[in-house]
Amino acid sequence: MEKENLYNYLLLLGDNSMILGQRLGELCGHGPELETDIALTNISLDLFGQVRNYFQYAAEVEGKERTEDDIAMLRYEQQYKNALLVEQPNTNFAHVICRQFLFDVYHQLLLNELVNSKDETISAIASKSIKEVDYHFDFSSTWLKRIGDGTEESNHKAQEALNQLWRYSMELFKESTIEAWAKETGVGADLEKLKNAYLSKVKEVVAEANLELPVEEVMQFGGKEGRHTEYMGYILADFQFMQRAYPNMKW
Amino acid sequence: MRDARAEIEHILQSVHDPEIPVLSITDMGLIREVEKKGNVYLISITPTYSGCPAMDTISDDIVSAMNAENLQVEVKLVLSPAWTTDWITEKGRQALEKYGIAAPLEATIDKQALSGEGYKVKCTNCESMDTRMVSRFGSTACKALFQCNECHEPFDYFKCLK
Repeated sequence: MEKENLYNYLLLLGDNSMILGQRLGELCGHGPELETDIALTNISLDLFGQVRNYFQYAAEVEGKERTEDDIAMLRYEQQYKNALLVEQPNTNFAHVICRQFLFDVYHQLLLNELVNSKDETISAIASKSIKEVDYHFDFSSTWLKRIGDGTEESNHKAQEALNQLWRYSMELFKESTIEAWAKETGVGADLEKLKNAYLSKVKEVVAEANLELPVEEVMQFGGKEGRHTEYMGYILADFQFMQRAYPNMKW
Repeated sequence: MRDARAEIEHILQSVHDPEIPVLSITDMGLIREVEKKGNVYLISITPTYSGCPAMDTISDDIVSAMNAENLQVEVKLVLSPAWTTDWITEKGRQALEKYGIAAPLEATIDKQALSGEGYKVKCTNCESMDTRMVSRFGSTACKALFQCNECHEPFDYFKCLK
């Protein structure tokens, strides 16, 4: 049981990074300018690096001689535990930046807690990842301010992105059964405790970006339990194509 | 442990980072530990960034270099403690600068350089301090892209990681 819980918790941690990484990877060669293109794919690479670490460990914990690739590629949609936020589409650059920002603030807070995880490997992965995520946050918050506090049109687009994406933010803090287990055993973090820090950080940057948080938004949940938005299937169709078409293929 | 490492130090020094060929993996500070069990050398290496795609190549290169000397080896990836740019040796820093990549600055100054406030990174081409950051992310995860305002040469800066 312990083993299964740990395995599932690793999947939950990994899936967020992986699906966001995949979304950012879609932008390779399509970024609004060369430097931003490189930055977004660099962030994607960091996220996939973290996923490899989580899933290599998950494969070891599971002990069924499966590999990180099996875990990453060969699950059904309902078995992916990522939050709805990270699967939202690359509608425009403002959406890409806003999604990244809303996730980065959470990711930083979470990793800061996971550094003290009672699980040594999770603690090591977190210590490694936090240095990278600090850069992600710098990038996304700087851009959010630049777009939000830019022209009338860029401000409008950023506000529209925030209005659209904010409804997925609180799912990050809604404790799932697996996260409750992780909190109680000291393997994971207490999400409720991170929520206030998240809100104040987000509000601070959003105000500086000349934007406003939507009020009384109805929050959306379900990703952690495998109930995804319509976008998830399309992501997986792309993501899993090679492994489904040519099982066990390797680069 | 030190003996085991000393025995194969010359081999490790011959293995280079495929992305930055002037740097050996020892100068990068990637070798964490060398142990010897029987005839097998157990080498622990640590990645610079989680997603560094060079790590697989580096592991393979270590194995090939060791096998070429008829030595048996196992390479293991360790994550903790996390790599920091402080582990790049003085020789490594000089090699970086010569190659055209500005070596990492101290953490506090690095922050100023990357946020465009205060300290500037020195141009690796003409040594001018009048430079600007073009992008915080460069050709690889570990670098940022700069340009010199004097000679207009673009150059990489190896970001401080602590």
